[in-house]
Amino acid sequence: MKTKTAVKKAPLLSREAKDRTITYIMMAVIFVAVQLYLASGQAGRSFKGLLVPTCVYILAAISLNLVVGVSGELSLGAAGFMCIGAFTGSVFSIITSASIPNAAIRFPVAILLGGVVAAIFGFLIGIPVLRLRGDYLAIVTLAFGEIIKSVFNNLYLSIDKNGVFLSMSAEAKAAHVFDLETKRDIIKGAQGITGTPRDSSFVICFVVVVIALIIMLNFMDSKQGRAVMAARDNRIAAEAMGVNVTRAKMTAFVMSAFFGGVAGVLYAHNLSTLQAVKFDYNLSILILVFVVLGGMRKMRNIVISTAILYILPEALRALNDYRMLIYAIVLIVMMIVNNNAAIKAMVEKLRDGLRDRAKAGKKEEGGEA
Amino acid sequence: MSSFFSYLITGVSLGSIYALIALGYTMVYGIAKMLNFAHGDIIMIGGYMTFVVGQSLGLPVWATILFGIAVCTLLGVTIEKIAYKPLRSATSLAVLITAIGVSYFLQNAALLGFGSAARTTTSVVPKFSIPLGDIRVSGETVVTIAVSVLIMVGLTLFVNYTKSGKAMRAVSEDRGAAQLMGINVNATISLTFAIGSALAGVAAVLLCSTYTQLSPYTGAMPGIKAFTAAVFGGIGSIPGAMIGGIVLGVIENLSKAYISTQLSDAIVFAVLIVVLLVKPTGIMGKKISEKV
Repeated sequence: MKTKTAVKKAPLLSREAKDRTITYIMMAVIFVAVQLYLASGQAGRSFKGLLVPTCVYILAAISLNLVVGVSGELSLGAAGFMCIGAFTGSVFSIITSASIPNAAIRFPVAILLGGVVAAIFGFLIGIPVLRLRGDYLAIVTLAFGEIIKSVFNNLYLSIDKNGVFLSMSAEAKAAHVFDLETKRDIIKGAQGITGTPRDSSFVICFVVVVIALIIMLNFMDSKQGRAVMAARDNRIAAEAMGVNVTRAKMTAFVMSAFFGGVAGVLYAHNLSTLQAVKFDYNLSILILVFVVLGGMRKMRNIVISTAILYILPEALRALNDYRMLIYAIVLIVMMIVNNNAAIKAMVEKLRDGLRDRAKAGKKEEGGEA
Repeated sequence: MSSFFSYLITGVSLGSIYALIALGYTMVYGIAKMLNFAHGDIIMIGGYMTFVVGQSLGLPVWATILFGIAVCTLLGVTIEKIAYKPLRSATSLAVLITAIGVSYFLQNAALLGFGSAARTTTSVVPKFSIPLGDIRVSGETVVTIAVSVLIMVGLTLFVNYTKSGKAMRAVSEDRGAAQLMGINVNATISLTFAIGSALAGVAAVLLCSTYTQLSPYTGAMPGIKAFTAAVFGGIGSIPGAMIGGIVLGVIENLSKAYISTQLSDAIVFAVLIVVLLVKPTGIMGKKISEKV
């Protein structure tokens, strides 16, 4: 005798696994499409120039989504972690460019190092930040972002044969006696870093994004990931079920910092000059806009929204002046439509009405046949 | 010693401006329970209205000031009606993102309307200075401190002794209960936004008179720092906002003078972080116990 459940075949893939597969297939299709377009020889210079920054922003946006979408906490300091990663990776690449001439070895190490240092800072910042909630958490992440920017903007790093010189003031640097023959200025205060090897290429950046997606999606389907999402939906209920909310949120926060740092490394290795002022509040907000307009849930949608929002205005120059204004309006409208009970009910009613009509239409067709 | 004293005085003056902005934050936070991120950008719009539009219309100085404040008030109320009112019962994440959207909108609207180049503004304060010991205090500093003190006294009296003020306190304490008692909650919230934005207009006039610079990003930093001041003083508390603002202004100016000009922002934010960790309710804040 068979029970009903035994008869019913288990689906080949769980919902999450199916979701992940779709994401990977989408990424593969995008990759092949871009490669074909490049191989066809029709791609212009501007398109090629957009590829690496797009990957950088996608990586920054999906890592911010770990905090905003998955943990439900608003972080306004995304640019800060990128800044840490960018400077760490750049300094490493410049110092070792002589001893490790092979970029295939040096660059992955720079990426990992940038990510790890950003993750360490993420952990240290996370200890105080995750004790706070809501608006306070947002404002403190903003404060940390600004502090990181200010510190790197005033940092001087030089090396000579006597050792390393690191200072926060230009006067101290002027007073320091260097061995002039072996002196190398690496970080020059507000002027930043020049001469980072341009190791970032589309293929490398794309592979990094895919690896990040695999890690993040597996995290979201893991015990810790589910704990984070449970805490986001109802903190008290999750705590009552024995979830260690702080630990779960910390895992997501550190992971987000790590990939934010990696995005910074990729960003730095695509520029000839790296300045801390680029990692300001506006960059954090821009990444947040990508995440919010991507729906703050599925990583896949954020990849799509970032790519569209970044490439479209660059491609349509006429729109560029109005780009930020349009983003702002879309942001406000989307928040209101998604969160106002009356409007939400209206939209659902409309959708149900359409569905009913579609069903009725199908029935009629069936009747005739 | 006299240089220390003069840094202190300019610090108090800067702090008074922060205090005016912080009052707007703290009132809105206390009553609407939201962080109005666009508050700083209302200051920027107020600056443009007073110093660019008002002056190009050829209005007398007092009229440009009134024009700036009126536009700020109207703008604040309109923003509340369009963007924040539909989100009364939404999560704080949604409201905060909306507020950031409004801030972004105002900045970019100003960028399109007035251009990105910084403009030089002319002070509305007649040129004079007062000797104080062996230093001279500029007219702007005197007027800023005097105006701020007057406004704070007026606001404290208003909130404590008028019917509307009582309604504000009631809504801030318990919105549902206030509604049951027949208080028009929506009108009270509108009034709060109107007052907060009018104060932002006043702050705009004082800020641009003291620092004579105006760009679409002028409002963002003072806005965030004033929020820091509001948190420092205990958010929701009017005397707290005043004390927080002045202390923060003094800290900023002294660190500019004695530590590093470039790092003064970082120091101000470090103060915010320390305050939030050590005493999250601020120096004048009430202790709030979280209910399930």
